Amino acid sequence: MQKKYLQWIVYLSGLMVLLAASVVLSLSVGEMNLGFMDIFKILREGNTSMEYTILSQIRLPRVLLGIAVGGSLSLSGILLQGVYRNPLVEPYTLGISGGASLGVAFAIVFGLHQLIGSFILPASGFIGAFLIIFLVYTISSRSGRINIQSMLLTGVMVSFIASSSMMLLMATTNSENLHGIIFWIMGSLDEPDMSLIYITMVMAFASLVASYFFVQPLNALRLGEEKAKHLGINTDTTIKLLFLLASLLAGVCVAVAGVIGFVGLIIPHLMRLLVGSDYRILLVSSFLSGSIFLVLSDIIARTIISPNELPIGVITGIVGGIVFLIMMSRSTVRSLKTNG
Amino acid sequence: MIPNILSIQSLCCGYPKFQLSNIKIDIPKGSFAGIIGPNGSGKTTLFRAITGTLGIQSGKILLNEQNLRKLSPRLRAQNIAIVSQFIEAGDMSVEDYVLMGRIPYHSRFSFFEGEEDFEIAQKYMEMTDTWRFKDRLMSELSGGEQQLAAIARALTQQPHLLLLDEPTSHLDITHQVHILNVLQQLNQDMGLSVLMVIHDLNLASEYCDQLILVNQGKIHIQGTPEEVLTFQHIEDVYKTVVVTQSNPLSGKPAVFLASRKVLKEIREKLSNS
Repeated sequence: MQKKYLQWIVYLSGLMVLLAASVVLSLSVGEMNLGFMDIFKILREGNTSMEYTILSQIRLPRVLLGIAVGGSLSLSGILLQGVYRNPLVEPYTLGISGGASLGVAFAIVFGLHQLIGSFILPASGFIGAFLIIFLVYTISSRSGRINIQSMLLTGVMVSFIASSSMMLLMATTNSENLHGIIFWIMGSLDEPDMSLIYITMVMAFASLVASYFFVQPLNALRLGEEKAKHLGINTDTTIKLLFLLASLLAGVCVAVAGVIGFVGLIIPHLMRLLVGSDYRILLVSSFLSGSIFLVLSDIIARTIISPNELPIGVITGIVGGIVFLIMMSRSTVRSLKTNG
Repeated sequence: MIPNILSIQSLCCGYPKFQLSNIKIDIPKGSFAGIIGPNGSGKTTLFRAITGTLGIQSGKILLNEQNLRKLSPRLRAQNIAIVSQFIEAGDMSVEDYVLMGRIPYHSRFSFFEGEEDFEIAQKYMEMTDTWRFKDRLMSELSGGEQQLAAIARALTQQPHLLLLDEPTSHLDITHQVHILNVLQQLNQDMGLSVLMVIHDLNLASEYCDQLILVNQGKIHIQGTPEEVLTFQHIEDVYKTVVVTQSNPLSGKPAVFLASRKVLKEIREKLSNS
């Protein structure tokens, strides 16, 4: 077998082991610490003990949501970076978080969650994200073909408009609503509705599988759009479908867990440094490491000032940013050394 | 008669401000053909029409007697391989880059290259002398090495026609000659048809058996180097005074020019005598 493929297997198994370890760690750590070995015993014995309730009702749902949201955001980021061939693009650059936040702010300010029920918050978040995606898409594909650079600019502008409109809503509403909006925007893996968690998980894994149908176009796009065409790739269709897939993924995540930044930007970059730029390994390893990163961040978020909880977006931003800077400077030093 | 690998019939295409009109070109199988012409004459537009990046307004492009437009993108990529002027493939190894040439042969669901793909890539990398640096990154290569890797990648597509856009620009004469020799070898040994856009008239004359001189969106003349590279045609198209003589080594036409100062001195001498 090729050396390259063996290396991929090593990377994959390593990430799987890390994910399993962070899941076990997350299940065991908290206000009440549980031994690693006890976790399996408690889960097997069933629903009599308090420990079982903590595990099955509180910690397990969080871990599952963390895996799904972390993986989805990271996958969404790597897909968009591949399509736009721009390393600074992330799911939120294109207005998805702005749209979702605007949707939620709208629902809170107009009291829809009291009128209809609390599920309206994720629903309106998703609708907001979807409307923005639709808007960016239609503005930039008027002539049937998509101009990638103008699409990026459109996304950034629409994103500005959405977040400014949200500010407008926030500035004109009462302090209780304001608190609700801010709390939602900061993001959290605390989601009481199990069915939403299942939906997110199914979305995440289905999208991971779907993204592999585009792995060759993505690899060809590394050479540039025109050269990908020369290799027989239908670039227009690829770009449109991947944009929609990545946006929907990010939209679902924001609707369920709020705005959790940096995962979609940092994890793909770290993975590029680690496993290289071949999308065949990059897609799945980005997904797995996004999951690992979010599960670990959640542990920090809920233990560091226990019994209170920090917004997870704060942890992902600070920890992720610092780790990324360290990795970057190391790889710059290395490339400087090898070059001269 | 040898059938044509490429036949362009009454082609019109271009941009709002620049049009190619009524282009007719026939290139027999196994040719080594060059497109020449001044900057802005339409060489690149013609090239883009043949590669399919630019839509055509009227006329037909036939590849092996099949309408190019009706070929699926994949099938087109199995027939025509393109080496562009600029190569952007920074962070991949030379081998990975060359293996990209197998993409037109992969189904959507084949995620891994097979033994055959590696063998084909190795064969053409050895042929282009790029196998020795297969594990280096594309960004670490010199311009000439990158160009060779791009040719290896194009050959890995196993095309019937190889198109190159100014393969020798930015290169010193060692690399210019090396690359053209590699192409000539492929043309002779494998019968691969080659069509390239090239600026250097003397290199074009030396290596091509067919030349197409483009001027102001039209074909000025197509023929052998001897037919195309006359001082009259060159003066008409390039607006430059030149002298053509046959190269003492190869017998092919060679183009010489002189600076304005020298031309003035010659004129003065002529008028004095």
